[in-house]
Amino acid sequence: MSNWIDIAALDDVPKRGARMVKTAHGCVAVFRTGADEVFALDNACPHKQGPLAEGIVHGRAVTCPLHNWVISLETGQAQGADEGQVATYPARVEGGRILLDATFLRSRKVAAE
Amino acid sequence: MTEKLVIIGAGMASGRVIEHLVEAAPSAYDITLFNAEPRGNYNRIMLSPVLSGDKTYEEIVTHDAAFYATHNVTCRFGERVAQIDRAAKTLTAENGEVISYDKLVFGTGSNPFMIPLPGHDLKGVIAYRDLEDTEQMMAMEQGSKVVVIGGGLLGLEAAAGMAARGVDVTVVHIMPWLMERQLDEAAGFLLRKALVEKGITVKCAANSKEILGQDGHVRALLLDDGTELPCDLLVMAVGIRPNVALAKDAGLAVGRGIHVDDQMLTSDPDVLAVGECVEHDGAIFGLVAPLYDQAKVAAATLLGEPAAFVQKDLSTKLKVTGCDLFSAGDFADGEGREDIVFRDPSRGVYRRLVIKNNILVGCVMYGDTADSNWFFGLIRDKTNIEEMRETVIFGPAFQGGGSVDPLSAVAALPRDAEICGCNGVCKGTIEDAITAGATDLGAIKATTKASASCGSCTGLVEQVLAVTLGDDFVAPAAATVCGCTDMTHEDVRRMIKSQKLTSMAAVWQACGWKTPCGCHVCRPALNFYLLADWPLEYRDDPQSRFINERKHANIQKDGTFSVVPRMWGGITTPAELRAIADAADKYDVPTVKVTGGQRIDLLGVRGEDLPAMWADLNAAGMVSGHAYTKGLRTVKTCVGTDHCRFGTQDSTGLGIQLEKILWGSWTPHKLKLAVSGCPRNCAEATCKDIGVVCVDSGYQISIGGAAGMDVKETELLVQVATEQEVIDVICAVTQLYREGAKYLDRIYKWMAKVGLDWIIAQVVDDLDNRQALVERFELSQSIYRKDPWAEHAATKAQQYQPLADL
Repeated sequence: MSNWIDIAALDDVPKRGARMVKTAHGCVAVFRTGADEVFALDNACPHKQGPLAEGIVHGRAVTCPLHNWVISLETGQAQGADEGQVATYPARVEGGRILLDATFLRSRKVAAE
Repeated sequence: MTEKLVIIGAGMASGRVIEHLVEAAPSAYDITLFNAEPRGNYNRIMLSPVLSGDKTYEEIVTHDAAFYATHNVTCRFGERVAQIDRAAKTLTAENGEVISYDKLVFGTGSNPFMIPLPGHDLKGVIAYRDLEDTEQMMAMEQGSKVVVIGGGLLGLEAAAGMAARGVDVTVVHIMPWLMERQLDEAAGFLLRKALVEKGITVKCAANSKEILGQDGHVRALLLDDGTELPCDLLVMAVGIRPNVALAKDAGLAVGRGIHVDDQMLTSDPDVLAVGECVEHDGAIFGLVAPLYDQAKVAAATLLGEPAAFVQKDLSTKLKVTGCDLFSAGDFADGEGREDIVFRDPSRGVYRRLVIKNNILVGCVMYGDTADSNWFFGLIRDKTNIEEMRETVIFGPAFQGGGSVDPLSAVAALPRDAEICGCNGVCKGTIEDAITAGATDLGAIKATTKASASCGSCTGLVEQVLAVTLGDDFVAPAAATVCGCTDMTHEDVRRMIKSQKLTSMAAVWQACGWKTPCGCHVCRPALNFYLLADWPLEYRDDPQSRFINERKHANIQKDGTFSVVPRMWGGITTPAELRAIADAADKYDVPTVKVTGGQRIDLLGVRGEDLPAMWADLNAAGMVSGHAYTKGLRTVKTCVGTDHCRFGTQDSTGLGIQLEKILWGSWTPHKLKLAVSGCPRNCAEATCKDIGVVCVDSGYQISIGGAAGMDVKETELLVQVATEQEVIDVICAVTQLYREGAKYLDRIYKWMAKVGLDWIIAQVVDDLDNRQALVERFELSQSIYRKDPWAEHAATKAQQYQPLADL
């Protein structure tokens, strides 16, 4: 069962950019692509926990600012020769607002414990 | 043994024959060149630009007296050949002199066709064929009236050239629309409209009846509907006829032209013919490309080498400013032929493709001919277009996926696109050089000077070679910017400049990017190139910057940042130090470190605290040190004459001045400077990107040092006498580096590519250029010389906070 919560306006996140959302169990990065899609991923690269929200967004991917790992925003998978995966969370845009699924964010808490 | 070669006619084809001969075998023939016109070889197709005033006659001469002298060509200009005796292998000149030959080449060209209307022999009735005709047209004064009979390529170029000179021109064309052999009716309509806008009167479907005269001079043209068109000059440009009279008299096989075989031999094996006077396989020739091919074959035949002339598809472009028109192939209606038409009336664009069995057989373009080479390639190569049928009309940029030819962006460039900015060489010039036999980069450099100066256009020149020569050209592998494109950094920089690309989307489109919005490798490079080349037009894109430059602080391995306030020339004050200490306390900075650039680094600052900390430092008069940028970092100094007993100049003061001028500027990589007050060099100026060492007599400026992964000593650029000269030279060399270097090349890497000598020529020897570079640098600095910390603290602070706290 999904439980969408309103996080912010789409325009609060720059096109081809990201912002970070604090949760009780760590940070989630919310990305906005050039085509105005939104994605939510753990804000930690599988490599050395680099803050993905600070990376360069291109197509449906983000490049980690620490060592240039490229992470798919759709799957959380590291691209190319690198191996690793970041957790992804349902996110969508409705009426110019970014919505995240609180149920999923809570399940993260369970996984963290 | 040297044989005697006589060439009759100094035209474009015979000129090429001579070139090929003297190049391949300078001593094979003793050459005599007859020409009825009292001059040597010139580029006849460029008469239209001479007429319109875009060029002078001197600029279109292809061979001058020195060329003939160097190659021992006996010139008999202004002389006709009266008679040929093939049995005796001799010819008789007009003055009765008899000359023997071993080989004879006809290059007698063509005669303009004069319609035998009553009055065609009046004074002031001319053709458009040679320089004399051109000069008569150029002599027409503003407001005088001229009628041009013939709405084909030549007639329209004549009309436009005279109209550009303020002459009142009327074009009379017998067919229903202009250039009916090259254009269909719709394109003819657009062309007519453009010419009318240039002030030219166009009468189509108009039959000339009689040329009226007064005192032996033309007065008007009478049409068969009774209209009288008054004129001071009447130009007939209705076509050409191969000039075969002499050949016919000599008993050679002649049809419409002089019959030749694939080796350009006439019916007599010792006599060849080239150019507009020949008939090959039923065809005669009026455009220049096949003439050049013929010349090459004829020269080979004369040297006993195998070669064969093959007719190729031809394309036509009109040399009239403001009328972009292109046609190629066959576009008459016919059985099994289908049309694809695209119109954009608001832009005056018309495109029509004629397709037969999924092969493009004809193409007409008007208004936007940028993709013409691509379409011409489809016709020439008989490419099956079935799979791109839906989108083919939109041109190469719309043929998505991996099927796009990596060369298509260059192939699509118009002939007048500038490739080499240093020497002003256009794509067409390079193509012509390739057609003339320059088939590798070295030959292009030697013949056109393209890429012979700074070399940044080398990649583009190689692509022009590849497009023109096809499989015959093997390009050396060059590193592309990234996987998003097949172009190198240098290619992209040239495209941005020459095609005036002022946005990232324009670059992606024009350079054929394969990804929708680039990647982390190309976007920062493009962002820099665009802001460096178009400081006013382009707006910096933070989303295309690496995090350090987006957030104006250095990211650390734990995601925190370091903050380095600027200390001009390494000078600080107790008040500044107190403010730094207060900020370190207030924001719990775990590490405070003195840097190698003579300032203080506050490490471990939380991202959310940055704007507030900057505001505090701003309040104490400090600004960003840009310790995070590919841009000016620091100007390191020693204390110079202020305190040091060895100091020769005020090195500290000069360093502060330089830093205040250069700060905020973006460069291809980081830029570090130092000024040392004496040759003891305590500021370590000789391992900086730009270093100044003060001496008694002035300032030694050297560049290209480094002390990182590579250690390099600087090399002397120039010694100057005054501080102002130091500042000017450094601004100029910085701007030259900004405009030319590959992203992420430090100065020493750029210098290794372009050469110190070239940099010296640009900023030391050429004072005008130095000044122009300084002015362009200053223009850019008028936008970028400001404190990003103050701006972000005031307007963007919110973006440094979490989007939400759940």
